[in-house]
Amino acid sequence: MTPRFETARREKSAIAARHPRWFRPLAYQLAVPTAVATALIALALYAIVRLEFSFARLAGGWGKLAHMVSLMLPPSPGPHPMVFVRALGETLSIALLGTLTAAVLAFPLGMLAAKTVVRHRMIHGLIRRLLDVIRGVDVLIWALIFINVVGLGPFAGILAVAASDCGTLGKLFSEAIETSDRTQIDAIVAAGGSRLHVVRLALMPSLMPVLASQVLYYFESNTRSATIIGIVGAGGIGLHLAEQIRVLEWQRVSFLILLILLTVMVIDWVSRRLRLAMIGQR
Amino acid sequence: MSLENLPADLGDWYWNLRHWFDLLIDTLLMAYLGTAFGALGGFCLSFFAAANLTPHRSIGLVARRFLEICRTIPDLVFALVFVAAFGLGATPGILALSIHTSGALGKLFAEVVENMDMSGVDVLKSTGATWTQTIRFAVLPEVAANFVSYALLRFEINVRAAAVIGFVGAGGIGFDLMEAIRKFYYSDVSAILLMIIATVVLIDLGSEWLRHALTGAERRQ
Repeated sequence: MTPRFETARREKSAIAARHPRWFRPLAYQLAVPTAVATALIALALYAIVRLEFSFARLAGGWGKLAHMVSLMLPPSPGPHPMVFVRALGETLSIALLGTLTAAVLAFPLGMLAAKTVVRHRMIHGLIRRLLDVIRGVDVLIWALIFINVVGLGPFAGILAVAASDCGTLGKLFSEAIETSDRTQIDAIVAAGGSRLHVVRLALMPSLMPVLASQVLYYFESNTRSATIIGIVGAGGIGLHLAEQIRVLEWQRVSFLILLILLTVMVIDWVSRRLRLAMIGQR
Repeated sequence: MSLENLPADLGDWYWNLRHWFDLLIDTLLMAYLGTAFGALGGFCLSFFAAANLTPHRSIGLVARRFLEICRTIPDLVFALVFVAAFGLGATPGILALSIHTSGALGKLFAEVVENMDMSGVDVLKSTGATWTQTIRFAVLPEVAANFVSYALLRFEINVRAAAVIGFVGAGGIGFDLMEAIRKFYYSDVSAILLMIIATVVLIDLGSEWLRHALTGAERRQ
C-alpha cells in the first residue's frame, strides 16, 4: 500500500465531513429525482384517465388517417388555383400589416414600460402588467373578438395580429431599452439635451437594428399565425384550409398545407439572411 | 351596482364557474400531456438530428427535415385533420399539440446537444461504450437541465395553444369560449377570458420561478 493511499484513507472521514453530499447512500441521493418522476408520471396517468385519452381510439383512427393521407395524394389545387394564391397573398399582407402596426404601437409602450425611461415605478409597472395581459390572450382569441367588432375578413385578422404582438414586442422593446448602453444617454444629458432628445438621439440609433431584427422575426412567426386565424374567419388561407377539410377535398387540403409549408420555409430563409445582415451591419 | 350586492353580481357573472373551472383543468392537463409526449418524441429524435451525435449523416438530415415539418405546420391544422380522423374530443388535440411540440423541442434539444462539451463523449467512446451508453452517461448529465428548462418554456406556450385548440373541437375551454363569442354572451366571454389570462400569467410566473431555481441549482454544483 502506497503512503499516499494510506493518507487518503486516514483522511477519508475528514473529507466525508467536509463533503457530506457525495458520501450519502445512493438510495438517499436518488430519493428526490425518483419522487419527482413518480409524481409526473402519476399526473400524466390521471390526465390520460380524465381526458379519456385512449390509445385504442388512436389505433382505431390510424387506419382512417392513413386512408385520408392516401386520398391526399397527389396534391392538386382543384379548378381554381388562383383563389388559393390570392388567399396566400392576403395571409402575407395580414402578417406584414399586423406586424408593422404592432411595432408602431409597441414602440411608445416599450418606452413607457422601460425602467430607464420612466422612473416612476407605478407607471412602468402598470404598463408592464398591461403588456402581460395582452400577451396572455392568444391571437386566435383576438381574431374572434375583432370579428365581432369589424366583421369577417382580413381587417379583423390585421387587428388581431397587431393586438397580440404589440404585447410581446412591447416587452422585448422595453428589455432592449433597459439593457442598452448608458454612455450615450449620459452624453446627451451632459450636453443639455431634454428627455425627448435622449430618446431621439441616444436610444433610437442604438436600438434600431435590434428592434428591426425583432420585428422581422415576428413577421416570420406571424406568417404562421396568419395562416390559422382564417380558420375562425379572419381572412387569409386558413379559411380555405378549414373549408376544404370540412368538405373532405383531401387533395386540395394537401396542396394548401404544402403551399403554407413552402411559404413559411421561404420566408424563414429570407428573414434569417436579412436579420444576419442587419446584426452584422451593427 | 353597489358594494352590498357585489358577491351576488360576481356570482351572476361567474354563474358557470364549476364547469369552466373543470374545463380549465382539462386544458392544463391537455397542455401537460402534449408537452410530455412532445418532449419524449423530441428527446428521442434530437440525438439523431444533432450533427455531432447522429449515427449517420443521412439519418441526421432526415430527422432534421422531419422535425422542421412537424413544427412548421401549425398545431391547429394538425388538430383540424385529427378531428376529422379521430372524432371530437381531447385526444386529437393532445396528439396535435404533441406533434407540434416534438418538432419545436426536437430542434431546440438538438441545438443544446450540438453546443455541449464533447470531451465526456470522447472519453466514453474511448472506453468502448455503445451509442446508447454514451448518450446515457456522457450526454444526458450534461444537457438535462437545459432540456427541462426548454420543456417548461414549451409548457407555457402549450397552455395558450390548448386554450384555443377547442375552437376546432379538439377539447379544452376553447369550445365554450368560441360558443360564447358566437352567441354574443359577452359577460361569459369576459369571465372565461379573465380565467384564461389569470391561468396563463400564473403558469408563466410558476414556470419562470422553477426555471430560475433549476439553473440556480445547476450553478451551485
